[in-house]
This record gives sequence, C-alpha cells and structure tokens, in this order.
Amino acid sequence: MTEKSADGARLDTADDPNQPARAVPAEIAPTVTGESARRSLPSGLMRNLGLIIALVLLCLVGIITAGDRFASYENVLTILRLASVIGVVSIGMTFVITAGGIDLSVGAVVGLASVWATTSGTQLLANNVHWLIVVSTALLVGAAAGLLNGLMVAYGRIVPFIATLAMMAAARGLAEILANRQTQIIRVNGFLDVFTSDLFGIPVIVWVFAAVAVAGWILLNRTTFGRRTFAVGGNPEAARLAGIRVKRQTMMLYGLVGLSAGIAAVMIMARTTAGSSTHGTLYELDAIAAVVIGGTLLSGGRGTIVGTVFGVLIFTTLTNVFTLNNLSISAQAIAKGLIIVAAVLLQQRVAARSRGG
Amino acid sequence: MAKVDEDPTSVPLLEMHGIVKVFPGVRALDGVDLQVRAGEVHCLLGQNGAGKSTLIKVLAGAHQVDGGEVLWQGQPASLGSPVAALKQGIATIYQELDLVDWLSVAENIYLGHELSKAGFSQRAVTRRKARELLQRLGHPEISASREVGTLSAAGKQIVSVARALSRDAQLIVMDEPSAVLDGEEVENLFHIVSDLAAAGVAVVYISHRLEEIRRIGDRITVLKDGRTVATGLDARTTPTAELIKLMTGRSIEYVFPQRSQTPPGPEVPPLLTVSGLSRRGEFEGVSFEARPGEIVGLAGLVGAGRSEIVETIFGARRADGGSVAVEGKALRNGSVGAAVAAGVGLCPEERKSQGLILDQAVYQNISMATLSRFSAGGFRRDSAERSAAMKVAATVDLRPPDPDRVVRTLSGGNQQKIVLARWLLRECRVLLLDEPTRGVDVGARSEIYLLIRQLADSGVAVVVVSSEVEEVLGLSDRVLVVAAGRVLLDGPASEVNEDQVLDLVMGGTAA
Repeated sequence: MTEKSADGARLDTADDPNQPARAVPAEIAPTVTGESARRSLPSGLMRNLGLIIALVLLCLVGIITAGDRFASYENVLTILRLASVIGVVSIGMTFVITAGGIDLSVGAVVGLASVWATTSGTQLLANNVHWLIVVSTALLVGAAAGLLNGLMVAYGRIVPFIATLAMMAAARGLAEILANRQTQIIRVNGFLDVFTSDLFGIPVIVWVFAAVAVAGWILLNRTTFGRRTFAVGGNPEAARLAGIRVKRQTMMLYGLVGLSAGIAAVMIMARTTAGSSTHGTLYELDAIAAVVIGGTLLSGGRGTIVGTVFGVLIFTTLTNVFTLNNLSISAQAIAKGLIIVAAVLLQQRVAARSRGG
Repeated sequence: MAKVDEDPTSVPLLEMHGIVKVFPGVRALDGVDLQVRAGEVHCLLGQNGAGKSTLIKVLAGAHQVDGGEVLWQGQPASLGSPVAALKQGIATIYQELDLVDWLSVAENIYLGHELSKAGFSQRAVTRRKARELLQRLGHPEISASREVGTLSAAGKQIVSVARALSRDAQLIVMDEPSAVLDGEEVENLFHIVSDLAAAGVAVVYISHRLEEIRRIGDRITVLKDGRTVATGLDARTTPTAELIKLMTGRSIEYVFPQRSQTPPGPEVPPLLTVSGLSRRGEFEGVSFEARPGEIVGLAGLVGAGRSEIVETIFGARRADGGSVAVEGKALRNGSVGAAVAAGVGLCPEERKSQGLILDQAVYQNISMATLSRFSAGGFRRDSAERSAAMKVAATVDLRPPDPDRVVRTLSGGNQQKIVLARWLLRECRVLLLDEPTRGVDVGARSEIYLLIRQLADSGVAVVVVSSEVEEVLGLSDRVLVVAAGRVLLDGPASEVNEDQVLDLVMGGTAA
C-alpha cells in the first residue's frame, strides 16, 4: 500500500505541480514539465489575434485604395448590413460544426422560409392579425427544416453531409413551387417599417445580428447546452457513455441552425422587401468558410463565436474593398479562396502546437 | 530467460534490442528485445496493452522508435516508413485487413506496386501473377478478378498473404490471423504458415490462443508492460502455466489494499442485481449480485465477453435477455441515461476513445456527467463547476491539479483518475470498471487500486473487469470467472487461487 495519506501529499504539491511528492512514484509525475501554458487551451485574445490583424490589414488596404469612400460612417454601415444576414447563419453554423456536423441546407432554408413567410396567404393573415405572423412563419419554417435535418442525422443515422444535401435540394425545390418562381413583394403593414428602420443610428438588422451573436456566445460558452455541444463534437462515444443524450443534443443543434436560417430569412426579406426562392443562394459556403477561418474545427470539439464574427467581417470587408475598387466578383472569389486556405493552414499549425508537436 | 534452439552460426534475420517507444503520457514500449530467424514461426505473446500492437507498427514502419536498435540480417536497418519496411522485406497483415473492398483480388495484391508499362496498367499480367501466387498458397479457387469485398474473412486473409508474397517478403507479421476464422479455415491458415516457413520465410505470429501456438510455433517471445519478459522459449515444450505466469504474473510487486474486514453478508440487500443477462453471440445467462462495499471481479481473457457484459449492464448495449436492477429497481434495457440516473457509472475499456475528450480541459472532462448540477436555468456556474471538479481531482490525487490542462497531455494513470473522478463527482453507487489499469504505468497502479478500495469502503458496489488474473484476485472480494461468454465460477476471492482461474480461463477458450 502506498503510504500516501491523501491530505499530506496534496499539501506538499499544491503549490508546485511539477514537484514529485515523496509518496508518489516517479512514473505518475507529469511527463511534461514546464510550459504548462502552452498545454492549456489558448486564451481568447491569442486565438483571435490573427483574425484581428487580418481585419486591420484589410481596413488599411481599404483606406489606402479607397480613402474616404471606405472610411466613412455610411460605408461602415454598408459593411455591417452586408455582414448581418450571413453572420446570423454563420452563428448557427458554428454550433453544428463545433458538434462535429455540417449543414449544407442553410441557404436553401433561408429561401424557403422567405417564400413561405411571404405567400399571399401568410400576408393576408398577417395584415389581418399582426406583422409578427410573417416573422414567426419564417422562424418556424427554418426551425422545422432544421429539426428534420436533425431527425435524419441523429435518428436516421444519415451522415450530415448527405442529409443536409438532400434538404438543400428539397427545400429549394419546395420554395420554387410555393413562389411559382415569382418574387413575392411584401405588402404587410408594419413589417418593413420596423425592419428597415434605424435604432440609435444603426440599422435594425445589424442590431439583430449583434443580438444573435451575443446570444450565441452565451449559449455556447455559458450554458450546459453549449458544454454538451463541445462534448458531442469532441468525442461522441465518451459523451454517450457519460450519460449525455447525444441524439437529442444533435437534433436540437440542427434545429438551432434552422432557426438561425429563419432569422436570416426575415433579415433578407427586410433588405430586399421581398421573399424569393433564390434568397440565400450559396450562403452555406460563405457560412462554412466564415466559421472555419474563425477558428472552429471542422472535425468538431472546438468552436468560437467571436472567431466566426471576425470571419464574417473579414469576408464582407474584403467584398467591400473589392467593390469600391471596381474589381470583379470573380477576383473576390479568388481572394476568398486564398484566405480560406491560408486560415486553415494557420489553424493546423496552432492545433499542432497546442498538442505539443 | 530461457533460450533454446540457439544456433550461433547463423545470423538472425531480424534482431531488435532495447526498443523504446514513447507516446504522450505513456511508454508503450520500454525495452523490447526480439530475435527472429529465417524459416521460423515466432510467436508473440502478451496481454492487451503489453505493447504487441505498438511493436507490430514499429515493424511495419508505421511508428518510429525513440530508442534501441534494429538489425536486419546483421546490419543496422531503419524502418522509417511503411515503404521502407516493405523494401527491407517485412510485410504486415493487420487484424483489420487493410484491403480495398471494391478492387479486385489481383488489384489488391499489387496495390502500391502496380505492374505497369509506360504508365498503363498491365491488367492481364497482374491477373496472371496473382493467379500464380494464389496457386502457390493452395487456393487456386479464388478468382483473381473477383471483387475483394465479396470474399469471406478467410479469403481476404489469403489475399493479404498473397500480397505479402508479391512483395517478396522475408518476414511476415500476422496479427491475430485466426481471430476471424472458423475451425476449418484455421487449419488452412496453419497449412499456409507452415509452407511459408518451409520456404524460408519468417513468420511473426500473434495469437491469444495457446493451443495454436503449440501447434505451429517454433519459438515464443513474451511481452508485458512494454518489455520483453522472456524470449526464445520453445513453443512446444514450455509449460502453459509458465507462459501464463509470464504474461499475467507480477513483473513488479503490486500492492493491493486490504480487503474490508467485514464483507457484506447475504443479509445486506444487493445494490446491483444482474439476472440471466444474455446477448446473442457474446454472453449467456450471466447472473450475479454486488452489495455495497463489495468489489466483484470479472476474470477472463480478451474476447470472453467481459467487456460486453459490463457495457450491457450500463445500457450501452441492448440485452437480448435477462435484466439488470439497481436497488431492486429494474433498469430500462439499452439506456445509458437510465443507468446513469440510477447511479451507475462506467469507466470504459478504451479510455481514450470511449472515456475522454482528449482535447478538452481536465475539469470539463470531470464534470461531463454532472453538468446539470452546476447550472441554474441552463446557465453554467463555471466557478462552482471548477471547484467541485478540482475537489474530486484532489481526492483521486490528480497530478498536476491543473483544471485547465488538456487531457491528452496527461499520463495514462492520470487519465484514468479523471474518468474515476467523473463518477466520484456524480456520487454513483454502482461503478463498473473495465480494465482500470490498462495503459497505466506500473507505479500508478497501486494508487488506482487504493482508490477503488476507498470507493468500495464508502459504500459503492464495484465491478472490475481485468485480464490480469492477479489483479482480479488481489483487488476483489468476490471473483467471477468468465470464458466463452459464460460464468464458470463465482466465489470469494480469498478461496480461489490463480491456477484455478487460469485453468478455467484457458480451458474455456480452448473449447
């Protein structure tokens, strides 16, 4: 029997973890001593430092090439407005990717939700009752599509890529049928008044993005739901054997992304004053790209809302700078591709270092 | 160390001296010696975690050694990559056969060294040569153009051997080749192995089944805790008892904590009642009880059904028959949630893949099963969670007691303590421990034993699964011997001796 009297041994070593206690055999002393900061998880600022630098550099390029046209209050609002819709989708996407999944259907669901919320039937009902009918329809459609994804992934055991690919095709098709390939102008009293207005000089949809980002951050970092998300992404089997209900969690996560797509649908309806089956096209790619360059691991287990927000801002600022300089959308696409590759390469370096080589 | 069959005149095909391989937190190999001669069937024996798989990967060039030397035909050799190992003439046939199911037999055999002319694959030549190899192995009935996925396990194995031969391998490593085969197929395999040896090829043969080793082996090397404990033993004459002692016996004096003086008698109602539990093809009619303060040990070899039994009790597998009850209340079949809610905890066999989230912090791994306790309306109370987690971390004497350290960087012993701490925090009343000291350094084992006993003394019913007979006997109050999915013996640990258990265990698997 080791003569370890638990209390004594602990007091000996409480202050210095690297000091092998007399009662403990050398083998169980930590194999790696020192530099324990590097072996702990990187702190928030360090993790986002690269993103901050990238954004600052982009802004410098903008100021140098476009001068006041870039560095104006109006232009900053343009960037933020541009970032808001895709930003909300990206926040939702951060959750599924952190949990080791993916959702390819977000763009199509944005389209479907926008169409469903603006059919003549919905608009008639909304005009008779309240414009909130439009909003809640979009949110419900988004969440329902997400839950259906979750059902397929968690209980049908279809790999997320395929399940959400199927939803992507089907939702877009349904949106086209509902809209009859027509743009549906919003004529609901009050809806546009609210969502196209400003609050303290900032557009309401930017406030919505901010609110979603803050709520997302709290949900991921400060709730048990968030912790379970990390656990499911980090090691689903270990999570299951620790009594976490992995399937239910997965289901709720896909419901959550769906909901974020529904919110994005409301925002895009406000920006374009219409619902359309072409809304949200390619949003899934922009959202996944923003999440990944933000520092969330595609393999799951690690995710950051702050990083995602930076990722979205970097992409939209890039677009803005290119537009101001009259560069083509094609050139933007190339730049985006390069940024994604650079970001992922950087991420792998950091991941390798935090694992100690 | 006994050495027989020594022929000083010939240079061994392969010699390894003092091989060391370190993974973060654990020394997987810590001084392995191995000597293989051309034309012999050399058997590698050892328990799970003894280092066999790591050694195989070193031979295959998949792992780079951290120390020691490798001699190939007397010359220093480096097995720097799988390609380098193949070039030397070492081919490895893994347990999970590494064949591509949707390619043909011939394409699989020549995978990685495809026959081609000016960049165009020579399909007819490939098929013909593959046919020749299959003929040589005595299996002309396997068509060279057949898709590998449609073959049986035995057929796939033959394709793997043919692939090794196509590389002109002089040494073929076979990792438990018989595990997936039935009786007749095993005979066939033996035939192939003997023919290979007769043709001068050396075979390193890994198997848990001693009777196989007796039949086809020439010499035996025994590994334990990453070290060679005996090498060059004669495969036919070395007594079984000696081999098993070498595999399971103490290389170090383990210290087991004292059993409780007053074991709970039959008048104490059992905490855990398992009755007639069965799962088709895995185990049948398992019944036992565990009372508060009692440690029940399940002894048996790998594949005897022990892990399956505890995972079924925990609800991670669905039982086909029988029932599990905690404090007389039956648990819902196949529900981990129900088991955890009833106060059952499991430290799984594969700690890294089933027990831990390796890239997360220590405190998060500890609080995993108890999250709702540290939340108010869904919001986590981080400081409460941390302090509670670190309090149990101190109880299990985790080193260093750093809540934010990434679990991956801890040693095996400390990782096991984290899984234990998780259930300690949950205050569970029935604790199922599957191989609690696997991959744990020798020095930390006694500490784990002491912890388990302290848990039992606090009123927990503990079920321990281990392939180390000594561990089960030393730690438990009561011992169940499991072989081939059946409980063969159930009695107080103090009345059972090691030989008795070994007899049952070996007899059971031989059947």
